Amino acid sequence: MDVVTVEHLSKSFGDLRVISDISFSVHQGEVLAIIGPSGSGKSTLLRAVTHLETATRGTITICGTRILDGGVYADAATLRSALLKLGLVFQDFNLFPHFSVLRNITEAQVRVLRRGKAEARERALALLEKMGLAGKASAYPCELSGGQKQRVSIARALALDPQVLFFDEPTSALDPELTGEILKVMRTLAAEKMTMVVVTHEMGFARDVADRAMLMDGGVVVEEGPARELIDNPRNERTRAFLKRFSESGRT
Amino acid sequence: MVKMLGAMLEGSLVSLEIFLLTLVFALPLALPVALGRMSASRLVRVPVNLYILVMRGTPLILQILFVYFAPYYLFEASYDRFTAVIVAFTVNYAAYFAEIYRGGIQSIPKGQYEAAKVLGFTRADTFFRIVLPQVVKRILPASANEVITLVKDTALAQTIGVAELFRVAQNASARQFSTTPIFIAGVFYFVMNWAVSEAFLRAERKLAYYS
Ligand SMILES: Nc1ncnc2c1ncn2[C@@H]1O[C@H](COP(=O)(O)OP(=O)(O)O)[C@@H](O)[C@H]1O
Ligand SMILES: [Mg+2]
Repeated sequence: MDVVTVEHLSKSFGDLRVISDISFSVHQGEVLAIIGPSGSGKSTLLRAVTHLETATRGTITICGTRILDGGVYADAATLRSALLKLGLVFQDFNLFPHFSVLRNITEAQVRVLRRGKAEARERALALLEKMGLAGKASAYPCELSGGQKQRVSIARALALDPQVLFFDEPTSALDPELTGEILKVMRTLAAEKMTMVVVTHEMGFARDVADRAMLMDGGVVVEEGPARELIDNPRNERTRAFLKRFSESGRT
Repeated sequence: MVKMLGAMLEGSLVSLEIFLLTLVFALPLALPVALGRMSASRLVRVPVNLYILVMRGTPLILQILFVYFAPYYLFEASYDRFTAVIVAFTVNYAAYFAEIYRGGIQSIPKGQYEAAKVLGFTRADTFFRIVLPQVVKRILPASANEVITLVKDTALAQTIGVAELFRVAQNASARQFSTTPIFIAGVFYFVMNWAVSEAFLRAERKLAYYS
């Protein structure tokens, strides 16, 4: 079953068309990696699918519900309930600084999903444990390292039981020695068959963990295929050039 | 002497009343004003902006006179002087507080709204549970300035004859050919503002648990 289907999606800022005629789908339980040079529209694509930006054209279907149909959005209630099935992890975490770690993870469960306080708390503590942050429930975000903050933000997203979790360069704001702890968490999630769409520059991670990969350049999808194949034997000239630049700069 | 002190005590209670009532009305009123100032609709934004411009651009003393005498000249309606003072102070201070709120609201990073939206929070929850608490922390220092100014501005109520502390002190001082009452009034304002500063310091310390 497809969790997300995107057809002919375009987004312009004024006259600037940033993504153009993009189609792809994400199947239940798979990991899709989106790679590509900076400025190629990867963030805009995630933001358009998660409705942080309004798309200009195209169709988006989430778990069978069409939220965007030929450039026209569904009504607010349909949109809202469908979007609840998506989670998004930001590059710079965007934790709520005035809430404790625990409350960062419980607040939406209580206010949005109307879970009981005790249940929300239990779920949050279990997720913190899983993220290796068992002792940090009462800490505040400002007391955490970048890697710890990102793990809290992943827990915050997971607490709402999304059908699919989007990541926009989840390790790019971190010191290199902290990226490992985030990638490890994501590997665990992948092993548990969490459906994920990951924008990343970590080619090793994309190659080993993702089932499929998609290369974007200039706002379009240049190549798409099984992750390992696409990264090891790219067919497209632009993919090859991108990966070559990458391995030369030593970031694979 | 005792009589003078009694009168001054009464005067300081009037000043205190002006101070507290202004805060009670102006602090909440400033929120819709700030939101109106940031409204996407010109129809809302332009008049609110004009209101703020006038309030900040003309002397408070003039506004007090206007609020009290305009109804009289227009409709021959006269009303309580103390009420006029509270109205004038409230609309004036709401404008200043609104600009402080606006600065605070606009300083909250866009990412906070985006995270809230992705998590499914309603707009009201986003504003009241996520944005506003952070705004309060950020605007405390600027608000302290404004509140301290308000303590001293209460002396302007005498413009339309309200017997607040400074007027009482001036009268007593004229009667007794002595500057002592004025000096006592000065001590009162000082003590009052010392308490205000202390209250704000405590609030800041209370919110220092995060950054
Ligand atoms: N809000 C915006 N307004 C105007 N242009 C934007 C906006 N957001 C992104 N862009 C432009 O869209 C292009 C793609 O950006 P982005 O999606 O962030 O790329 P990536 O995530 O692949 O680096 C860039 O040229 C960027 O300048
Ligand atoms: Mg990006």
